[in-house]
Amino acid sequence: MTGLVYLRFELRRIFRNRRFFFFSLGFPLILYFVIAGPNKNDHDFGGSGISAPLYYMVGLASFGTMMAMVSSGARIAGERQAGWTRQLRITPLSPRDYLRAKVVTAYTTAMVTMAALYISGGILGVGMPVRTWVEMTVLILIALIPFAALGVFLGHLLNVDAIGPATGGTVSLLAFVSGTWFPVQSGFLHDVGQFTPSYWLVQAGRIPLHGQSWGGFGWAVVLVWAAVLVVAAAYAFRRDTGRV
Amino acid sequence: MASGPRRYGGRMADGVVIRGLVKTWTAKEGPVHAVRGIDVSIRRGETVALLGPNGAGKSTTIDMLLGLTRPDAGTITVLDQPPRDAVAQGLVGAMLQTGSLVRDVSVRELIAMVASLYPNPLDVDEALELTGLTSLAGHQTQKLSGGETQRARFALAIASNPELLVLDEPTVAMDVEARRSFWRTMHGYASRGKTILFATHYLDEADDAADRVVLMAHGQVVADGPPTEIKAKVGNRSLRATLPDVDIAELIALPGVAAGDRRGESVHLVCTDSDAAIRALLDRYPGARDIEIQGAGLEEAFVELTR
Repeated sequence: MTGLVYLRFELRRIFRNRRFFFFSLGFPLILYFVIAGPNKNDHDFGGSGISAPLYYMVGLASFGTMMAMVSSGARIAGERQAGWTRQLRITPLSPRDYLRAKVVTAYTTAMVTMAALYISGGILGVGMPVRTWVEMTVLILIALIPFAALGVFLGHLLNVDAIGPATGGTVSLLAFVSGTWFPVQSGFLHDVGQFTPSYWLVQAGRIPLHGQSWGGFGWAVVLVWAAVLVVAAAYAFRRDTGRV
Repeated sequence: MASGPRRYGGRMADGVVIRGLVKTWTAKEGPVHAVRGIDVSIRRGETVALLGPNGAGKSTTIDMLLGLTRPDAGTITVLDQPPRDAVAQGLVGAMLQTGSLVRDVSVRELIAMVASLYPNPLDVDEALELTGLTSLAGHQTQKLSGGETQRARFALAIASNPELLVLDEPTVAMDVEARRSFWRTMHGYASRGKTILFATHYLDEADDAADRVVLMAHGQVVADGPPTEIKAKVGNRSLRATLPDVDIAELIALPGVAAGDRRGESVHLVCTDSDAAIRALLDRYPGARDIEIQGAGLEEAFVELTR
């Protein structure tokens, strides 16, 4: 009950925050139309076998959702600095309800970003069977679990000055090695990239198209990262709030 | 619904009991002994001031009392249970020393959300009314002034209708008028039979608002008693006058004078009884002029007390 009250409060705040909406939603959308628009008729982008609008819809959905998840860390760091986290700790709100609200809020913003990119993809002519859209979406949501934990981890580890560069740098680097901006089919980047959760986030949008899911290796990478980062987030949260 | 202090078997239940509390922080320069073994008991319904200069250990003590910091040694019970249990049951409200409000919500929404986390909250309108925020209820929190923010933080602390209200230097950002109205509000809340502990470094606030004063310095309790008693202990006054050609030792020997020094033509005397001192001074040295008498700062008083 108290958990729901707090969740509703968090959601209301996020939807009122205009800066957040610009950077989390407007930015990927603008990039999408700028990059994919001119290549609208390229049906085999960079030898990937996928049309350019679909390639960038998936690429920017992965970038935008990663950013949305990890930016919950920036909000947490800000609230810690403001003393709000301590104020909440002297209420009956449980740590579980607090963390759940943070994660659900992050997922909500990620899904809004995703929906906006799907619609934009439709405008640029992306079309797939319903089953493929659903399968892709479910895999993306699963691949975002490590990033939900990463946001909580960084938010309770870093201060406000460090969190911006840390989240921005992490997401940009991951997007780069994961093939968000251009296809990475082989070579060193590909070898490194496939060990990151973001690589599989991008692949989530591709593999349903070929009729195959992630495969054992993909699942293993995502789940191991999820487990490691959830443990790290729990550690950072406990250390920060002095609950051992 | 004003309920008096709860009683168990005729005995007044304890509000707060602190026994042998110790907290040491590790810093680069070495250990900081923030709290060095303090014992304090507060009965239900009492209003107690925790008085001391900056660095006395007040905030560390309050953090442990609220379960935000783990003591290195010693025990605390709040309303007869461990601090975290009392907090989880919604029996404790607090206004911490630092803190701003989260943005993108109205004052009413913020207070309503916090109130609804508790089992037995104040009516939101009542909390707004008590803290003088009724006319600001619809304002976004980021648009409030410093004093209004403090009032909103106070409203958050009482929104839960807590049995124990803890305030850590609540008036720091307030001007004189805001301060006066703040203490009026707090008195109103105390009169509902609530237990209140507040930290301050102003002797006058402790004197005006508290039933009892616990004086802390260097992580220890150096005095504990009614405000009048504490005031007499730390209420030294400083007397300044222009008085050349008189040996300072003669002045220190005057009744009511504890210490003194000379700076050029002027002398500065620390008085335990400034009334006696000023009479004797004018009686013996009618040439003394530019006389000023002031309450000495707490810091100076603590130096005396803890010597």
